[in-house]
Amino acid sequence: MTDLRKLNIDGVEHEVPAEYTLMQACEEYGGAEIPRFCYHERLSVAGNCRMCLVEWVGAPKPQASCALQVKDLRPNRDGTPANIRTNSETVKKAREGVMEFLLINHPLDCPICDQGGECDLQDQAMGYGRDTSRFEENKRAVDDKHMGPLVNTIMTRCIQCTRCVRFITEVAGVQEIGLVNRGENAEITTYLEESLTSEMSGNVIDLCPVGALTSKPYAFNARPWELDKVESIDVMDAVGSNIRVDSRRDAVLRILPINNDDVNEEWISDKTRFVWDGLARQRLDRPFIRENGKLRPANWDEALGVVAEKLKGDPSLMAAIAGDLCDAESMKALKDLMDSLGVKNIDCRQDGSLIGEGPRQSYLFNTTIAGLEEADAILLVGTNPRHEAPLVNTRIRKTWIEGNLEIGMIGEAVDLTYSYEHVGTSAADVAKFAKARSGFAKTFKSAKNPVIIVGAGALKGEAGLSLLEAVGQLAKSGATVNILHGAASRVGGLDMGFVPGEGGLSTDAILDAAQQGAIETVYLMGADELDTSKIKDAFVIYQGHHGDNGAHVADVILPGAAYTEKSGLYVNMEGRVQMANRAVPPKGDAKEDWAILRALSAQVGRVLPYDNLEALRAKLFADHPTFMSLDTVPEYEAYDTTSLGAKGGLSSEPLVNPIVDFYMTNAIARASNVMAECSAVIEEKNATVKEAAE
Amino acid sequence: MAELLQDKDRIFQNLYGLNDHGLDAARDRGAWLGTSAILAQGKDWIIDQVKSSGLRGRGGAGFPTGLKWSFMPKEVGNRPHYLVVNADESEPGSCKDRDIMRHDPHLLIEGCLVASFAMQAHACYIYLRGEYVLERNRIQAAIDEAYAAGLVGKNACGTGWDFDIYMAHGAGAYICGEETALLESLEGKKGQPRLKPPFPANAGLYGCPTTVNNVESIAVVPTILRRGVDWWTQFGRDNNKGTKVFSISGHVNTPCNVEEAMSIPMKTLLETHAGGVRGGWDNLKCVIPGGSSVPLLPKEICDTVLMDFDALRENQSGLGTAAVIVMDQSTDVVKAIARLSYFYKHESCGQCTPCREGTGWMWRVMERMVVGNAKTSEIDMLLDVSKQVEGHTICALGDAAAWPIQGLIRHFRHEIEERIDNYRADKPIFVQAAE
Repeated sequence: MTDLRKLNIDGVEHEVPAEYTLMQACEEYGGAEIPRFCYHERLSVAGNCRMCLVEWVGAPKPQASCALQVKDLRPNRDGTPANIRTNSETVKKAREGVMEFLLINHPLDCPICDQGGECDLQDQAMGYGRDTSRFEENKRAVDDKHMGPLVNTIMTRCIQCTRCVRFITEVAGVQEIGLVNRGENAEITTYLEESLTSEMSGNVIDLCPVGALTSKPYAFNARPWELDKVESIDVMDAVGSNIRVDSRRDAVLRILPINNDDVNEEWISDKTRFVWDGLARQRLDRPFIRENGKLRPANWDEALGVVAEKLKGDPSLMAAIAGDLCDAESMKALKDLMDSLGVKNIDCRQDGSLIGEGPRQSYLFNTTIAGLEEADAILLVGTNPRHEAPLVNTRIRKTWIEGNLEIGMIGEAVDLTYSYEHVGTSAADVAKFAKARSGFAKTFKSAKNPVIIVGAGALKGEAGLSLLEAVGQLAKSGATVNILHGAASRVGGLDMGFVPGEGGLSTDAILDAAQQGAIETVYLMGADELDTSKIKDAFVIYQGHHGDNGAHVADVILPGAAYTEKSGLYVNMEGRVQMANRAVPPKGDAKEDWAILRALSAQVGRVLPYDNLEALRAKLFADHPTFMSLDTVPEYEAYDTTSLGAKGGLSSEPLVNPIVDFYMTNAIARASNVMAECSAVIEEKNATVKEAAE
Repeated sequence: MAELLQDKDRIFQNLYGLNDHGLDAARDRGAWLGTSAILAQGKDWIIDQVKSSGLRGRGGAGFPTGLKWSFMPKEVGNRPHYLVVNADESEPGSCKDRDIMRHDPHLLIEGCLVASFAMQAHACYIYLRGEYVLERNRIQAAIDEAYAAGLVGKNACGTGWDFDIYMAHGAGAYICGEETALLESLEGKKGQPRLKPPFPANAGLYGCPTTVNNVESIAVVPTILRRGVDWWTQFGRDNNKGTKVFSISGHVNTPCNVEEAMSIPMKTLLETHAGGVRGGWDNLKCVIPGGSSVPLLPKEICDTVLMDFDALRENQSGLGTAAVIVMDQSTDVVKAIARLSYFYKHESCGQCTPCREGTGWMWRVMERMVVGNAKTSEIDMLLDVSKQVEGHTICALGDAAAWPIQGLIRHFRHEIEERIDNYRADKPIFVQAAE
């Protein structure tokens, strides 16, 4: 039962929960709009901008409504509820005063400021600003600070709200931004003006209420009102962050987060945010055919003809592999085509893992991402969530910072921005952990909501299955097993059974067979993260959007659409089906992937039974009903975790995390200049650290 | 007219350092006498006595000390209680705590024990101003002596009460004298005031119930309890009881610290103890009665005003820390207040907007007014800006920056106007340094 208090807001009495702040109470119950700069729902309360002042009738001075809680208010002397005024003369005067102070040292450079048009200060100055300035002194000038390749700083514009400081310290978990000096000399800076090392640093751009921290790659590119805004889904990892793709004409100009409390809250990783310049580089914009060792441009009919001819061959000599960025529809089309051709050698797990047998729960992130906040003990196995899914890591840190969570790690000891007990490094240590009785093992076993997070990178091959078996044994006491996928397409692929058919080969086997000549034709759909040297003798058909590893060995290239260029379903690691939308058209002659496959099927003479995306989706839903429930997560049904994996020898070789370079994990990122810069900065930092250590 | 305080009624018998500051000498002067008997009366009795003595905080705000103590949780829960002594005496003009700590440190240590016991705190921190090096040595020596004599530490004074006392040395920031900024600094963080509520009595040092008191407020408590509330309440008017150490500086013949009864007329105070205003009472221009933060008072008010919280408040000023800054007719009062504005601009922590931006603005306008390079309308603008700062900030530094300017404009607007007129008429301007 919530504790309700009576409160009079602008003359109307309301019953308000006691733990609400005045700001919440006034906005939710009173319908008032309270201006603010420093306050942010997901950060600690600073109360320093003083813009949210309200009048508490009878109190000697106006109160900062972001900081004062309803329970801190005393009723009036006569016992009537406390009176709060959000629109009185006092309030207006107080806010106008604060606004004037903020503006006296803020430059009048809105016409050349990237924040123009979406600036909190600009907006609120319309309501509380004076028409002319009374300030006759010189304005303060502040040196710009270096914050790395992503965040541009024009620090003269800074209003010292400290949102960026609080975000970097509290959410990102690296203490790299701070406020130095005091009084009017106070400045926001990074430590020794070094680049930020957080993979979440771009969020400070959104948080900055003024134009002090802006996006470096987007600098002077566009005004917000020129942009077409499309809500979509990110594919850089398997989190499925909700994003907004802003484009002008055919070019994606920036990517911003959309709030989704269940998935990414309102943050996105730097890779998600800044990868867009990769969408304009290294693009496959027309079909190519390899002749005499060289790729030459071709037209669609020609290219599809060559491919169709190849696909008419012996299905046992053919294979298809789907990559990490594929949408469900194109995988469905490819699978249907391969099924109709009788090709059994198909796999969506280009990392070589063999999971996906058994119930759906066996390969999902079962607690859900938001559900991690209920966990009181988390065991990480062979994963670096900070790189594989930064927003999962953020969620773990958020729970950890509340103080009721302990974390253990089996795998590489990396900096995760929170403390953990390093209980082992290898698969064999999982079995040892199951027998341990002290330290984190004790905490884990007595925990109410223990969670095991296994990185998909640790589940490669047979060794991965035996590791999973050991995890399943460990979990039989009641822990929830979460698989942390790194690929946006993976769960969707497993859901539709994009795995080898009866007697078919899985990825590693396909590659080996191709090397030995036992596979003659390989169809790669956006698959770039595999050892392409093994398939160079095979006839490789590459369908995708970037000229990357796969295209380099291809004999025919069929140009497809990147994730911003097509409408498609993606299933994130939790099993949440989300729809990405088309923000810009595919480049040049490129087409949406399902359409390429549909056209190809006609050439092969195995016409796929759908002529448009709706029909394809209808077929997908009919064959795999899990795809039907958009934006929801399946209810977790307990299952026998001992059925996970397959019993086998547990290696004592240290587990190695799959991601070496966070900024270079897929074809789009590898084509991005910005990602390359970030990567170079981190490399340089690591080198300096190594040097210093030696 | 009230009688002057007699020597026998002075709490700080060694305020001038004429005698030794060590434990034995302090005991000779009455410190540590019957401390265990005081503690034996129980915490409720102590708080009751302090409440009924009407002792008001000596750090500037004048909040009733006993009431403040009673805000602490009655029973110790799972969080320990703390007493923190604010010895970050940085108010320009104020130097009373300095002499208490230099010359009578044992009264403070004893007060710490009594107050901590009353609030069930087993630990007390004394947060000392960065510039106070001699005082730091004296306090540490006194703490060491007290430990050696069994007066503090385990089983303090033989009462069975375990009590530890620590000294922390600040780095000299004025803002760290604000109680919550002090706690931040004590915790090792940047000295910036916290939002209130929660007040320190709920969540103070390390999030635990904490009371922060001024040095003088704590140091007078043992003597009040020893000599009784009746003794204490015979001094001063109602609601302004007791004795008080006044720091008199500026244009008087013998600047000094002096312990006097509250509610003594300002004129008597200055003429009896400070040798009178330089050049005679009629040469007085104005007085800042309570340290740099309070508005100044012109001679007309100084003629009759009493030195206590309420009387000064009625005259739109305040007792503050009772640091009386006297300025005679030779003073360039505009320059003097401009200098104070510079001080507040320099010491603003920069956390909240009105203070960060307002102090610099006010100082710059003040500097122009010193030479007269301003418009007459800017006087009202300055007053308006000072009102925009006052009451809109997290802590009281914003108020402290605004009040001196408001006082100046209230009482000496004609001087500013005259200066502006002179500047416009291209008349030579005579500016005398106030420092």
